[in-house]
Amino acid sequence: MILFEDVSKMYRGAPKPALSNVSVDIGAGEFVFLVGASGSGKSSFLRLILKEERPSAGNVHVLGQDLRRIPSRKVPQFRRSLGVVFQDFRLLPQKTVFDNVAFSLRVIGKSAGFIHDAVPDILQTVGLAAKAKNYPHELSGGEQQRVAIARAAVNKPAIMLADEPTGNLDPATSAGIMNVLSRINASGTTVIMATHDSGIVNQMQRRVIEIAGGRIVRDEHQGGYETSAIPLGEMDTAPIPVITEEMALADPTPIRPAPSDPDDIAAPFPWELRA
Amino acid sequence: MRLGFVLREVATGLSRNFSMVVSIVLVTFISLTFVGTAILLQAQINQMKSFWFDRAQVAIYMCTDFSTLGGCDQQAASPDQKLAIEQRLESATLAPYIDRFYFEDREQAYANFREQFADSAVVDLVSPELLPETFWVNLVDPEQSELIFESISGLPGVESVIDQRSYLDQIFALLNAGSLTAVAVAALMLVAAALLIATTIRLSAFSRRRELAIMRLVGASNRFIQTPFVLEGIVAAALGAALASLAVWGIVRFFVQGYLTEALPTTVFVTNADAFATMPFLFATGIGLAIVASYISITRYLRA
Repeated sequence: MILFEDVSKMYRGAPKPALSNVSVDIGAGEFVFLVGASGSGKSSFLRLILKEERPSAGNVHVLGQDLRRIPSRKVPQFRRSLGVVFQDFRLLPQKTVFDNVAFSLRVIGKSAGFIHDAVPDILQTVGLAAKAKNYPHELSGGEQQRVAIARAAVNKPAIMLADEPTGNLDPATSAGIMNVLSRINASGTTVIMATHDSGIVNQMQRRVIEIAGGRIVRDEHQGGYETSAIPLGEMDTAPIPVITEEMALADPTPIRPAPSDPDDIAAPFPWELRA
Repeated sequence: MRLGFVLREVATGLSRNFSMVVSIVLVTFISLTFVGTAILLQAQINQMKSFWFDRAQVAIYMCTDFSTLGGCDQQAASPDQKLAIEQRLESATLAPYIDRFYFEDREQAYANFREQFADSAVVDLVSPELLPETFWVNLVDPEQSELIFESISGLPGVESVIDQRSYLDQIFALLNAGSLTAVAVAALMLVAAALLIATTIRLSAFSRRRELAIMRLVGASNRFIQTPFVLEGIVAAALGAALASLAVWGIVRFFVQGYLTEALPTTVFVTNADAFATMPFLFATGIGLAIVASYISITRYLRA
């Protein structure tokens, strides 16, 4: 589904590469957390998948296509199979909830009939069916993010990219957003979410890819936010984990030993969905 | 559906940047009016050329008792000398190029002079003896006056050979300079118009940057994103072209036909038909410019 082959990204004027020799394979239907400090290369990773940037070296394959081989005039077509959600929602303030979602279908030439059916459907999925006629400023942050997710998901994308979608939201609201993303993932969409929210990552127990200094330092299935083992050679530079009160509450064992003992692996937390 | 969407986008864009759109309309209006005027001047020059060049003659002025120029020595041309000229004009070498020629003696020249300058005091100062006898030659091809000039000038009794077109050339040079000036002004104004269109489209794109960002993100095609902006430029430039067409028509209708034709009844002038003929060109120039300027502007904006 998404395949990075030895990908490096160097920005002009930057002393260090944003990504160096990254190789990763993300399969269809996966839910992947992308974690790492600010500036570690998470956003570059997402931008490469979107073909907003081209890699300095290596290949990126998305949905079976080599992105280098997609000519720029075909990029719009390619992006129709991707949905994107941002920390700052990016809704159009002068349009209603319905129109914000419908806009993304209208501009890719979908028929009025299709829009009429698809938009209420996705608003139902994100739990905003009752607020279709409201304007963004009349909604809470969590509701606005749901609209943004509805907009990204209404065209049934194969891949959904979320760049810190809960960055501006309180924990309870974030839980609701994760609920929606999980539901979209359950319907077959691959979800890649960059985040700093340790509580969410620890509770969801999904695949975690950690990036530091442009390299993948951890790729763990059913992982937590904090690295479970400090890799050799990084001992000196690795920051000393600081356990805040919030983190301690969210997860009693933020620094866990290597998951050699099967009992130590927390069962996937059934957050929300199954209920 | 999509057409309606595009047209709504164009309407919002035009109303959001109303003052910029007005300035595009005005600048294209003025510059295209200059373009139209230049075209009309060229049409006028061509009409005058075809009118006058057919009538232009080559004059062979014979010596008078007072002339010192050419082969003259203050002695009027003798009958033998005049006969020699006549024979030369009828000779096998020159005859094929000459349509017809005639001889004008002093009395005829004086009568013509009096008629031509009837209102002028100079008539009283001139007597028949002062005016030269003249052979008036109409050429088959007026361009070939050089032939007459080479073979006649310098012959005894000939004061000078003058192609009347040399007088006309000065007038045409003046008109040409006028039309070139108009073209130069028009070119500068068109550059200004193009830059203004580019800036306006940039502003328009900036005021819709949220929509544009989302359109690009969800995969709207480039053409779909660009079309409203290019149309915006086209609408503004077409309005300017319409005003310029109106101005060009007004110049011909009220200034040329209404004033010049009456002031100078013997001269042919451009007509309304000439004014109409410039209009497609004005629209094509204005709209072509708008397409290029707005397309480049929006493409650069989207790439940045």
